[in-house]
Order: sequence, then C-alpha cells, then structure tokens
Amino acid sequence: MDRVPILKLEDYLMVSIQVDMHDQLALTLQDDLTQKIVATRARAVLIDISALEMVDSFMGRMLGNIAAMSRILDAQTVVVGMRPAVAITLVELGLSLPGIRTALNVDAGLALLRKAIARPDEPSNVE
Amino acid sequence: MNRPASRLPAIVEQHQKEILADWLSNQTSSGASRSGRMQESQLRDESQRFLSLLTQAIQQGTEFDARSPQWAEIREFLTEISRSRATQGFTPSQVATFVFSLKQALFKRTTESLKADATALASTLWEATTLLDALGLYTTELYQQARDLVIARQQEELIELSTPVVQLWDGILALPLIGTLDSERTQVVMESLLERLVATGSSLAVIDITGVPTVDTLVAQHLLKTVAAAQLMGADCIISGIRPQIAQTIVHLGIDLSSVATKASLADAFGLALKRRGLTVARVTGG
Amino acid sequence: MSSEAETFPVRSGEDVVKARQIVRSRAMHLGFSLVEQTKIVTAASELARNAVIYGGGGEMRVERVHQSGRRAGLRLTFEDHGPGIADIDLALRDGFTTGNGLGLGLNGARKLSHEFDIQSKPGQGTRVTITRWK
Repeated sequence: MDRVPILKLEDYLMVSIQVDMHDQLALTLQDDLTQKIVATRARAVLIDISALEMVDSFMGRMLGNIAAMSRILDAQTVVVGMRPAVAITLVELGLSLPGIRTALNVDAGLALLRKAIARPDEPSNVE
Repeated sequence: MNRPASRLPAIVEQHQKEILADWLSNQTSSGASRSGRMQESQLRDESQRFLSLLTQAIQQGTEFDARSPQWAEIREFLTEISRSRATQGFTPSQVATFVFSLKQALFKRTTESLKADATALASTLWEATTLLDALGLYTTELYQQARDLVIARQQEELIELSTPVVQLWDGILALPLIGTLDSERTQVVMESLLERLVATGSSLAVIDITGVPTVDTLVAQHLLKTVAAAQLMGADCIISGIRPQIAQTIVHLGIDLSSVATKASLADAFGLALKRRGLTVARVTGG
Repeated sequence: MSSEAETFPVRSGEDVVKARQIVRSRAMHLGFSLVEQTKIVTAASELARNAVIYGGGGEMRVERVHQSGRRAGLRLTFEDHGPGIADIDLALRDGFTTGNGLGLGLNGARKLSHEFDIQSKPGQGTRVTITRWK
C-alpha cells in the first residue's frame, strides 16, 4: 500500500498531499503522523494541500483529527495551499475546519508555525 | 406505416450538380453571401458539402430526426456553420435562408423528373419541403445557442474588466466594487479575488463597497461566503465603504457581520490592514 | 431529455477515487467552471463513499441532461442494494448535528447540488440522484 511521505525538517514535520487520496490512505496518514510526532518530538506539522482539487467531509474530518491529535501531543498544525475552488466548496458545505490554522502557502505557513510554537495557547487565526 | 419508396433520394443524387449550380446562383442573387462578409468560394464549399451530406443522409429516409445518428453528420455541419456565421454577425434568418433557398433548386428538378406523375410529384414536393423546413428551423435553434454562448462570454469579460483587483501594498489587495451587484457578477468577482490572493500571496483583501448603491440578501451572502472562503484559505478580508443606508439594510435583513472586520472608509481599512501586517507609516525627517 | 448515460461500479475506496475523476472529466467536458466542477465532484465523493460504506457497494450513473433544450447539466445517480435508510428526514437532520457520516454526506451532496432526490426503504437499498446545471 502506498503511504503519503512525511518529511522531517528541523523541529517540524511536513506532509505534501499530492495524490487524490482514498479513505484508507488518509487514515494511514493520520496514524503515521501521530506516530512520527511522538517519535521525532516534532513541535509542529505542516500539511500542504495545494495539490488537492477537492476536500470533502471525510477529508475535512481527517484534517481536524490530525490537528486535534497533534495538539494533544503538544504540536501545532498548519494547513497550507487550499485552493479557492476548494475553499468556496467547503463554505458551501458548511464545513469550517475548526481548530485548524491555515496559511496561503508554505512560507506563510512556516511563519505562522514559528509564531504558534512560541505562543501555543493563543487562538488560531481561524475560528 | 407502409409507404411507397421515396423518389427524392434518387432525384437529388442524379441531379446533384445542377441542383448545386441553381442553388448557388439563387444564393448569390438573393444576397445571402452578404458581399464583404463571406467569400463566394466559402459559400460554394459550404453549399457543396451540405448538398453532398444531404444526398447521403436521405438515402436512409427523408424525415429529419434531430436525435437519430442518420442525421448526425449534417447536424455537425449545420452546427459548424451556425456558429461561424453567428460570430460573423449574420442574422438568424440569413443563416436559415442558406437551407431554405435550396428549395427552389430542388423543386425545379423534382418537377422536371416527376411531371408525368402528379401524385408522386405532390408527395415528393411535400417531403422535400418538410425536410428542408425542419433543417432550416434546426439551424435557427443552433444559431440561438451559439449567440447565447457569445453573449455569455462577453458578459463574463465585461464583469472581469469592470472590477479590477488592485494591489495596495505588499500582501494587501483591494477590490473596489462599483455599480449594482447581481448574484452572478458577485460570484465571478469574488472567485477572481480569491485567485488573486493566492497568485500574489496576499493575506489581506479590502473589499470596498462605497460605489455600491444597494445590497440585498443574496449579494450579502456571497460577500460573507467569500470572506469565509478567504479565511479558510489562510487570508482575511476587511469590508469598507458601508454607507448608512446599507448598514440599515444589513441590520434589517438580519445579516451577521461578526466574522469580518468592517470600516467606514477604504482609507481606514487600509490603515487596519497595515496594522495587521505589522507595518506602520512613518514620516521621513530631515532633508 | 438525457443522453449518453454511463454506469460505473462503486464498491471500494479506489472506486470512490475513480468516481471523482470520472465526474471531474465529465463536468469539464460540459464546460462547467472550476468552482462548479469542484462542487459536483465533492458531492459525488460524498455519495460514492456512502454507497460503499453504508450501502455495501453500488453503482454510479452519469448522464448529461438538458432542460428545455437550453441549459445543460450533469446528473449523477448513486444506487446501492444495502440496508436502506429507515428515516430519511432523521438521517438528513442527524448528519448535520451529530456528524454521522451518512447524514453528513447526504447533506453535503444536497447543499452542493441544484437538484437532490433520495429514494430509500429499509431492505430495499438506496438511490440518490443529484443534478447540477451549468
């Protein structure tokens, strides 16, 4: 089974979702990430979804789960690169991805991560 | 329904050359080629193609059915010329006349071939006229559709041109909306704003509605949805230029603006945007 | 008036992914804008998943439709022979409040479509039809 690769960079993990994921792959990613956060003692997770043409309720829940689990493990999560069409559709769906910080691109995401690591208890930029 | 075999296919096939010649001269004399709008050679090619496709198709039957594969090639051909003539500025009548004008040439040959048999002549003429009527009307429908596409595209271009997105500063975009907003225009404009946010890597957009006379529920919803989408993407919006009347409408309609910052003027909004980005304007001393 | 209907199996996670790609391609060919494509692909994803997980596998039918010769649209029908839904209204309400996958998916598909129809009875499977016009 393929797995989505997780990169370790400095003190954070980076995941770049390149492929149209089926549910099983998404669940595997959740597990892998949780394990790796603990194993590497990462302070943050950056998820790049700029290649995703669609985010449905399952994917939305998966991202939410990753953010929640990371927080428990004392790591911050930032999702970057959401496409406008995806954002518009999520709004239409009524999904707001609570508890997930987002940024326009990797650079902005890293800047946000740095701030979040320094002040982990401040509310995220997204309600 | 048992019908004696139609004479039309044979007549058309045998006299194709003469029919084409007659038809062409009818078209040019009636001004169907609109001197200057279409070259005679193009008209000749198209007429030839149509007649040959028609000859082929009617071998399998003389009733036009828009859904049957028997007429598929002719349909495609008519679609092609309807589209090209629509964009060239021909009227729908002129396009339909292309087909209708074939009648005269067809009737002439049919009469000559069947003048000895009045019943056969009458029924064959009837077949021919029904067929060409159906094809001519089909052309009109195609023309309408093609025209609609052109209009829709022009509307889109107009919308894009009339609502430019402006870069106010590094990372700060402005979208000054002017004129009455309708649902469709708002959607198009909002989508392009979000695209520009990504393209410029800007995290803030000021949507200024000073130039918008009224806002209804639908438009307000679109605005709010756009703000929500921007926030999901990791950016944010500030709405500025809300006039007192619009503020009243918003309250009356029960629209909730708590998720987005609002400022009375574009200038104030710009100030807020700078602050949010940790920037400040300082006077240069000395010099 | 409809034309060119094609049916595809939706029985596994991979089929759900394939279904998305098929719908994306069809919507693109119909000339849907990017946002419109995304909406119907997302709706398809929700319903395909429901068919696999709650319906024990089923089929997706894709067809191009026309409204009075002018408006073109895409119609998707998801049919399974699974347990069926006892109380459709409850499922639709439920999904929204408790986050149950089936209801959430149904609601999501409904919000993203211009037309939404569901037929389901316990023991008789489920059929959901959605349409999106250009």
